[in-house]
Amino acid sequence: MSENKTQIDEIANQMKLANDGLTDQDKAYFCDTRPHAVEPYRGILEKFANWARSQSLWILGYGTGCGAIELRPLMTSRYDMYRYGIQPRPTPRQSCVFVIGGYASVKTTKRIVRSYEQMQGPKFVLGLGSCTVNGGMYWDSYNTINRLDHYIPVDVYIAGCMPRPEALLAGFNTLKGIIREGKAEGMNKYIENFDWYKANQKKIIKDWNMPDYNW
Amino acid sequence: MKDIVLKALYTLISLFVITNYGLLLVGTMARVRAKVQGRIGQPVWQPYIDILKNNFKRTGIFHGVMFYLGPVFRLAGGLGTYLFIPAVFGSVVFVNFSFSGDLLLVMYFIFFGQLGMALGAGRGGHPYSPIGVARGLAQMTAFEVPFALSVIAIAAQYHTLSITELVAVQQGGVLNWIVFTNPLATIAAMISFLGMSMGNPFSVVIAPQEIPIGPPTEMQSSFLGMLQTNRAIFNAAKLVLFMNLYFGGATSIWMMIIKTFIIYLYTVVVGASFPRFRTDQAIRFFLGIPTLIGIAAVVLQMI
Repeated sequence: MSENKTQIDEIANQMKLANDGLTDQDKAYFCDTRPHAVEPYRGILEKFANWARSQSLWILGYGTGCGAIELRPLMTSRYDMYRYGIQPRPTPRQSCVFVIGGYASVKTTKRIVRSYEQMQGPKFVLGLGSCTVNGGMYWDSYNTINRLDHYIPVDVYIAGCMPRPEALLAGFNTLKGIIREGKAEGMNKYIENFDWYKANQKKIIKDWNMPDYNW
Repeated sequence: MKDIVLKALYTLISLFVITNYGLLLVGTMARVRAKVQGRIGQPVWQPYIDILKNNFKRTGIFHGVMFYLGPVFRLAGGLGTYLFIPAVFGSVVFVNFSFSGDLLLVMYFIFFGQLGMALGAGRGGHPYSPIGVARGLAQMTAFEVPFALSVIAIAAQYHTLSITELVAVQQGGVLNWIVFTNPLATIAAMISFLGMSMGNPFSVVIAPQEIPIGPPTEMQSSFLGMLQTNRAIFNAAKLVLFMNLYFGGATSIWMMIIKTFIIYLYTVVVGASFPRFRTDQAIRFFLGIPTLIGIAAVVLQMI
């Protein structure tokens, strides 16, 4: 009986996150449960939900690189993203699209991971600019990441240096199509390959002083 | 028993109409603001899609029972405000429960939601939520002063606090409206209404990016969907209240829609024309000239 209990405890401990980066005092403040994938609804309900998701894209107002400057004109009368149901939100809790604006330095990547994990699913990532595809002109930099999708799942890439706001709007329309087809399952992909993504992130972020999953 | 079931049915119809009207109003006014800025703007039905999207979110973060109750209190505040106001004077369906509560109860309900929200937002643990709540409550206390003085003035004028009776005395012609019989009280209340509707120039308390979005910082998924639904109901309820108090109420649903639309348009026009106040400036503003106008309205009734 006690053997069984020990085994159950061991399995339960394996299911928990180590949170090694935190001090013992801080560990009490953070959740150590592993995230779990959520199955989509079935049939017409999921299609309807996906339609609503695609028509209401809330961008996280966090500019992560030089490309973030291309986001601002979208709000103006010239591009007017509101007519496509796109609008900015100031907090990750309420947003569903994360636009990575160009190169991501190691320091920024840490914040990208934190913000991405705090967003509630389903959530979508747009990689803006060549730097997110392969590092672009920073491909051999000591301080930037090269492939964004080694660290978080990316739904749409918009190549260019810099892509103009029109390209960004085209990217949003592609994203809408992907969402409506039910193929934008980045969040579940992240959770299913959680250990791989975490290993990649920890390989470059040396000062890991946050929980393993930012609930 | 039959009466109770019928009343429940009427209440549901009334709530259904006001919710949809409130949502369409929010969508329409966003479009009006867009036109002012030279944009096309979001579709009128965008608020519906946003609420659907938020309710279809697959995950949500839970911060304890009080966090759940915050949006519930807020919704209760919105519903309470609406249900004790007669939306259409003389209508069986839209009279709501105005016979069992008066103006003071409605004023309490306007405050109640924000207090409930404060408890829920504080429970979320995000440092920006309490700051947002503190700023919101401070501004709310400030704009309640001219509004309360205005209400005291019209209560003294007509010797009643019942909204239905106040609407009744305004019937029989445009010149019977309180806007003409007591213009000072109306001016104080309409300035206070700008703060109450939390549009520009008093929108810093809920402005995105400053203290990120204020009280609902930590609210997400269906919690946020609930708050958005409430915002539409609460907005419409306040418009109906001001229509009843100062602009003669409405004798048909169409009259209600026209009058509330114009009152809302007034806040949007002011918002599109003036830059924003900081919270401390807003408090000083409300406690200045609008309060003096309110005091003048009360003093005139005492003479």
